[in-house]
Amino acid sequence: MAGGKGILKFDWFTIFLYTALVGIGWINIYSASLSDTSSGFFDLEQIYTRQLFFIFLSIVLIIFILAIETKFYERFSSIIYIVSLLSLLGLFVFGKNINGATSWYAFGSFGLQPSEFAKAATALALAKYVSDIQTNVKEFKHQLRTFIIIALPAILIIPQPDPGSALIYLAFIFPLYREGLHFVYLLLGFFAAALFVSTLVFGVVWITLGVLLIAGFLFFKNRKKRPGIFKYIIITTACIGFAFSVNYIFNNVFEQRHRDRFNIVLGKEIDSKGIGYNTNQSEIAIGSGGWTGKGWTQGTQTKGNFVPEQHTDYIFSTVGEEWGFLGSMLVIVLFIALFVRILQLAERQKNQFSRVYGYSVVAILFLHFFVNIGMVTGLFPTVGIPLPFFSYGGSGLWGFTILLFIFIRLDASNYYYT
Amino acid sequence: MRKLLLLSIVLITGVVFAGRLFYLQIYDTSFQKLSENNAIKVIYDYPQRGYIFDRNGKLLVSNQPSYDVMVIPRDVKPLDTLEFCDILKITKEDFKSILNKARIYSPRLPSVVIPQLTKEEYAYLSEKMHKYQGFYIQKRSLRDYQVKHSANVLGYIAEVNNRIIEKNPYYQMGDLIGMQGVESQYEEVLRGVKGVKYIQKDRFNRDIGPYKEGIFDTLPQRGKDITLTIDAELQEYGEQLMVNKRGGIVAIEPATGEILTLITAPYYDPGLLVGRERSKNFTKLYYDTIAKPLFDRGLQGEYPPGSPFKALTALIGLQEEVITTEEKIYCRGGYAYGRGKKLGCHHHTTPLDMVGGIANSCNAYFCTVYKRAIEKYPSPQDGIDNWKGHLESFGLGNYMGYDLPSGRPGKIPDANYYNRIYRYPEYKWYATATISNAIGQGEVLLTPMQMVNLTATIANRGWYYKPHIIKNINTVDTIPQVYTRKNITTINPRYFEPVIEGMFDVYNKGTASHIQIPGIEICGKTGTAENYIRIDGKRMQLTDHSIFVAFAPKDNPKIAIAVFVENGYWGSRWAGRIAGLMIEKYIKGEITRTDLEDFILNGSLEEEYAKPYSNEPFKINI
Repeated sequence: MAGGKGILKFDWFTIFLYTALVGIGWINIYSASLSDTSSGFFDLEQIYTRQLFFIFLSIVLIIFILAIETKFYERFSSIIYIVSLLSLLGLFVFGKNINGATSWYAFGSFGLQPSEFAKAATALALAKYVSDIQTNVKEFKHQLRTFIIIALPAILIIPQPDPGSALIYLAFIFPLYREGLHFVYLLLGFFAAALFVSTLVFGVVWITLGVLLIAGFLFFKNRKKRPGIFKYIIITTACIGFAFSVNYIFNNVFEQRHRDRFNIVLGKEIDSKGIGYNTNQSEIAIGSGGWTGKGWTQGTQTKGNFVPEQHTDYIFSTVGEEWGFLGSMLVIVLFIALFVRILQLAERQKNQFSRVYGYSVVAILFLHFFVNIGMVTGLFPTVGIPLPFFSYGGSGLWGFTILLFIFIRLDASNYYYT
Repeated sequence: MRKLLLLSIVLITGVVFAGRLFYLQIYDTSFQKLSENNAIKVIYDYPQRGYIFDRNGKLLVSNQPSYDVMVIPRDVKPLDTLEFCDILKITKEDFKSILNKARIYSPRLPSVVIPQLTKEEYAYLSEKMHKYQGFYIQKRSLRDYQVKHSANVLGYIAEVNNRIIEKNPYYQMGDLIGMQGVESQYEEVLRGVKGVKYIQKDRFNRDIGPYKEGIFDTLPQRGKDITLTIDAELQEYGEQLMVNKRGGIVAIEPATGEILTLITAPYYDPGLLVGRERSKNFTKLYYDTIAKPLFDRGLQGEYPPGSPFKALTALIGLQEEVITTEEKIYCRGGYAYGRGKKLGCHHHTTPLDMVGGIANSCNAYFCTVYKRAIEKYPSPQDGIDNWKGHLESFGLGNYMGYDLPSGRPGKIPDANYYNRIYRYPEYKWYATATISNAIGQGEVLLTPMQMVNLTATIANRGWYYKPHIIKNINTVDTIPQVYTRKNITTINPRYFEPVIEGMFDVYNKGTASHIQIPGIEICGKTGTAENYIRIDGKRMQLTDHSIFVAFAPKDNPKIAIAVFVENGYWGSRWAGRIAGLMIEKYIKGEITRTDLEDFILNGSLEEEYAKPYSNEPFKINI
């Protein structure tokens, strides 16, 4: 390795978890994409062959990432970030439209999805800015700049349109909180989400009435303490304004398919053959697995292609059907172990850059995991984001691999000088 | 604290997902069912139903192909609708609505356009079919009746209903099952076993190959052919004789218990209950509540047996040793049984011994014998129960146990029955209160099948095999054991001879002497049974039923027969003649008494049957 005193000490446990997840993922992609008209294993038209190819390329990537000096990532983070933003911008000109979203650069039969790499770039930029000795996340000015770093790629991703990938940038609130961001921001985030959902469920009129009622009640209850009436008016107006803008965005910015997805999950439409079909079929596939599942490549729902996009976003339904409760739990446990392990590693980092970056990695991977499994098991709305390391797709796999292995490299350098 | 937030959220999420997975995969088992329903299609491969032959190897029922015009709406290309409708013989509007319905059902799955084409329609259509894309002809198998008789014996096949599906998981919606008759009784033998194929479907409900490489699939097994004990020729002849009459004919071979004929009249062509017209025809038959063509009189009709029952009274009297064959009993125009009450008798010589009593059907003789047989015991209750015991050994008073699905038990009253109707012990009753049992007119009810069985038992001198209609299955004689076990009566065989002599004299010089068949020694017994009907709540007496039982030849009998003609008046008038003709047909194969045949074939009782529904006063027994 790049000439040092000690031996690089990679965290083999994390690498093992990564390998296990990618391996199990490929086994399930193989089953989900297996068709009777198979033209041979080495045919690059076959989805499982392509994924195997992507996995081999990942190994090459990993070697590169681990070979590069730690300081490179810290020094070049701003440049990587800017290149990433430019690649997102370039989509508006050169992007290829696949499945209704202009998220790809096309190279022959392969496509590259810059938004998958932007996550790692943003994480680096954020780590760099936050770990700067002059930055204090408790100051509003710095908070604003941090917010801009996070929001820029998200804003470029939304109009692709890919609201799922944009949503992931919310994950960066966790490393910021770890670095001292006020708890109120977290609360605000949850409150906004709650208000968002209740506006969609109850309608803007009822929310307005409800907010006014609660505000009035609190004001009169506390009037002996002479509360500042303006504070109440501002907060109330902000709430109502938020509700109205949610309503506006929902009805005018969102496309019908997004609206339908939300409506289904919020119980506004019960329609198993129509819009809720995906989730319903996914639940049936998982539910029919029982304790030990139907066996590899024996899943009837999988074979019948009942679950759409099963080799990508819905890959976990194949695990559920063919490997049953035990197999699904193994995957869940592997993921949780990975998250806990990275958190543990992040906490023991000596410099702040590595710690912020580590926290960003966990937060991004976890949010993917959280939203994806929640969607596949019918707990959350259908939001199209992949399951890290599992779902089919070269850009996705490489994006997550880069994200994770930069951290493994950063972590290894802790022992570099010992 | 700041270190723990994300860690806690990660761990809580893990627990929540584990719980959700446990709920979906372990706790809620409904998903397994849902999965099977939408991913695996079951296709059944229906085997040929077994053929049915008569005792002489004549084919009665086979199968015929039937052709349905099917459509897969998605594959339909623009076509010359007018010409196509012309070929299918339907209107353009009907065609459009059928096609629309099919499209609503499923654009990808086949629907029936025209069910069950005839062979001619099929031949014509199959030439033109290639012009109409999306339409094709599907073959099915239907019953093909080679004969126009025996509908009541054969039964029919129809689609299973929900009740059958719930009871028997073998059947699926749309399967065919035997209804009534042999088709129902030997359903499991005839139908074979259907084959099953499991097909993996995709989300468009298209087949994408066998499920698990077909390891659960099974091949169909062809239904077995069965041979009946029925004599088709005799059956057909009997039905001809019963034209314009109502009633039943049942004949069995005494030596084996094989049912030779089982006729009910009015009858219908079994071919009516096949194909496109089945439902319409069945409804028509079902709602004919006056002639009741679906009512199998030979098995289900319970009638007072009348005089043939006297033979049993005589046998019981002899067995109980309350009479000898020589003792002569006087008849003074009837039998007086208590203060001024008298059971009348017709005119005949008197006094009579047993043979004469049977030959002349003397009421007084048998009332005397019956009363003695009951009064031999300390109480009339004991007497009746003992009497009933003898009758039960002839298979009376209960279901016979033959291999056909319909039937009635008839009725032989016991002591409890009389205790109840006479309100014992508040009031006492004596043998004379039940005296009409002696002559088969009281509370006793028999089905024609039971009457022929008792006749066969007399012909056999005291034993019988249970009547049955199955001769062999797949030409192997493997009929159930219950039909090859002798049932022996409680009557000593030597007592049968005098009774048989009496029945022989019925033909020689008694009530049926005018309808003798030359060259055959027939033993018979006439019967006449009073009967009543209730129309709009009004009870009316109708003309007596004409009853006749007989067996022949006297020694080594080949056939025992019971004939029953509703409202035919006296025994020898219709039933006796028909029985004679049937016996001659069966034993000789040809008819010498063509005068009898002409009388029967040309005779009609339709006027008699119309009487109670004419709304006019009418006379009976003319």
